[in-house]
Amino acid sequence: MTKPYAVEVNDLTLAYHEKPVLWDIDLVVPEGVLMAIVGPNGAGKTTLIKSILGLLSPAAGRVSIYGKPYEEQRHLVSYVPQRGSVDWDFPTNVLDVVMMGRYGRLGWFRRKKSHDHDLAMDALRKVGMEKYADRQISQLSGGQQQRTFLARALVQDAQVYFMDEPFQGVDATTERAIVTLLQQLRSAGKTVIAVHHDLQTVPEYFDWVMLLNVRRIASGPVAETFTEENLRSAYGGRVAFLSHAANGHVETTIVSD
Amino acid sequence: MSAAAEIQLIAIAVAIACALPGVFLVLRQMAMMSDAISHTVLLGIVIAFLLIGSLDSPLLILGAASMGVFTVALVELLNRTQLVKQDAAIGLVFPALFSLAVILISRYARGVHLDVDAVLLGELAFAPFDRVTVLGIDVARGLATMGVILAVNIILITLFYKELKLATFDVGLAAALGFSPALIHYGLMAVVSVTVVGAFDAVGSILVVALVVTPAATAYLLTDKLKRMLVLAMTIGALSAISGYWLARVLDANIAGSIATMTGVIFGLVFLFAPDRGMLSLALRRLRQKWEFAQTALVIHLSNHEGKPSWEHERRVEHLSEHVHWEHDFAENVVQRAQQNGLISRRGNELSLTDAGRLRAQEALVA
Repeated sequence: MTKPYAVEVNDLTLAYHEKPVLWDIDLVVPEGVLMAIVGPNGAGKTTLIKSILGLLSPAAGRVSIYGKPYEEQRHLVSYVPQRGSVDWDFPTNVLDVVMMGRYGRLGWFRRKKSHDHDLAMDALRKVGMEKYADRQISQLSGGQQQRTFLARALVQDAQVYFMDEPFQGVDATTERAIVTLLQQLRSAGKTVIAVHHDLQTVPEYFDWVMLLNVRRIASGPVAETFTEENLRSAYGGRVAFLSHAANGHVETTIVSD
Repeated sequence: MSAAAEIQLIAIAVAIACALPGVFLVLRQMAMMSDAISHTVLLGIVIAFLLIGSLDSPLLILGAASMGVFTVALVELLNRTQLVKQDAAIGLVFPALFSLAVILISRYARGVHLDVDAVLLGELAFAPFDRVTVLGIDVARGLATMGVILAVNIILITLFYKELKLATFDVGLAAALGFSPALIHYGLMAVVSVTVVGAFDAVGSILVVALVVTPAATAYLLTDKLKRMLVLAMTIGALSAISGYWLARVLDANIAGSIATMTGVIFGLVFLFAPDRGMLSLALRRLRQKWEFAQTALVIHLSNHEGKPSWEHERRVEHLSEHVHWEHDFAENVVQRAQQNGLISRRGNELSLTDAGRLRAQEALVA
């Protein structure tokens, strides 16, 4: 028997008020890739992630994680929502937020133990935030908020990581740190799927890509899939390719709205 | 037990029982939902009374509370149509159900304990006259009821603390991890409903909102730890209950009204004087920042011109009024402060940077 895909989506359709937001999506993601989901605004990138995680109910279609429905595979999946989706004035500190990543393993009623505390501190160390463990979350910068969310995803110790715009509003240093972390996850055999906005960095950061615009335009290895033709079909007229010669080879700058 | 002690104990139990779920309502930005629930449970009470024929049955509390949960569901149903926003949905649902209750009372339940005054304001002063025997002990019925509700609230919130915290902070993660946010949401709303029904007799439908929302909102200004916020909200609730009772005694006024007033007074004091987030400490901090900022601006200005041909011109105090556009008095004040802090030295009208001043300018420009 062949190993099942990390994520498999069949005929997924989701509509708000009869208006399709995702139209018959088929997608397979093999284990161990670092995949970007790209597409213009309103393409349904966040919606796709949320429907895979069962946070939205699709009108049709089937999703499986390692061959089984999401509900049976929660423990294999970790989710990093958009930073702006929570209230950062909530009365709690960094360590506590990271600890929330352990709640799934704990289940109802059970209390956290010192083991969970150690794992949370480890995760904070990995994202370079151990000094901020006791910091109130209201006092964090955007980059620190994102690192906190990443640490929370790490303590879930999952196989598949879904991240909604992990680079949004972070500085260049944090962006590098996050990329390194994602690549480490991939090296450890994990699968990472991230909504991404900057087309320019797709080939550098990712090895797999999905182009989405309500329907799936293409998905596969970056080298084969991230082509001008596919990008034009995903973005329509809203993308430009600026080619210029530099250091003896042609570089292409991709600009989208 | 004396009547006075019993009344105070009931008031404390009501206040603490309300403050606990109140913390989560405030953090979920759903404070006004308690207003809706506190009104619509009246319809539940009336219907349950007409069905059961008694106001004393524990079934009445559960029946009435289910109307609170129904209210929440109705508001969400309306909201989900996207034709009505959440706050408007609350404003549509609860007056409709409340007015139905008022009509039912005046039509079918006139003459019983359910009169409109009692509904709005409660009758805490009469609570000791209504007695029951629990485990052989003779207590006021209100005390027994609220004691049980308080115990249940403490147990539930302790048991589901982790789940409540997660679902309040990050609904998406709660759902992804398999902690149904809907279940937690309706569970919390059920707790609020039961508490409000229990508190109804004591403080009425309007003032109960003060006990749910105000102690939690006050505690929010005092701490940034959730556990501490819960403890503070309970403490503030209890303090309001006791001080409100004595205020009513002194003024010979309605007890529930006095308790609600005290929650407001305590909130007002905290709002003004809280150590970090109070208005006073905010104002002081802004003032201090203003002077700090002006001194930094001064040393940066001096360091920009130090050693340049413009130096002799730029270092003069008058220059600050002429070109930096500081009022004369303000400029003098900033210069004096900067001198006191060892950032600059002054000879006549000429300013010089000290080493500390140069360092400050450098640090400010790097950051």
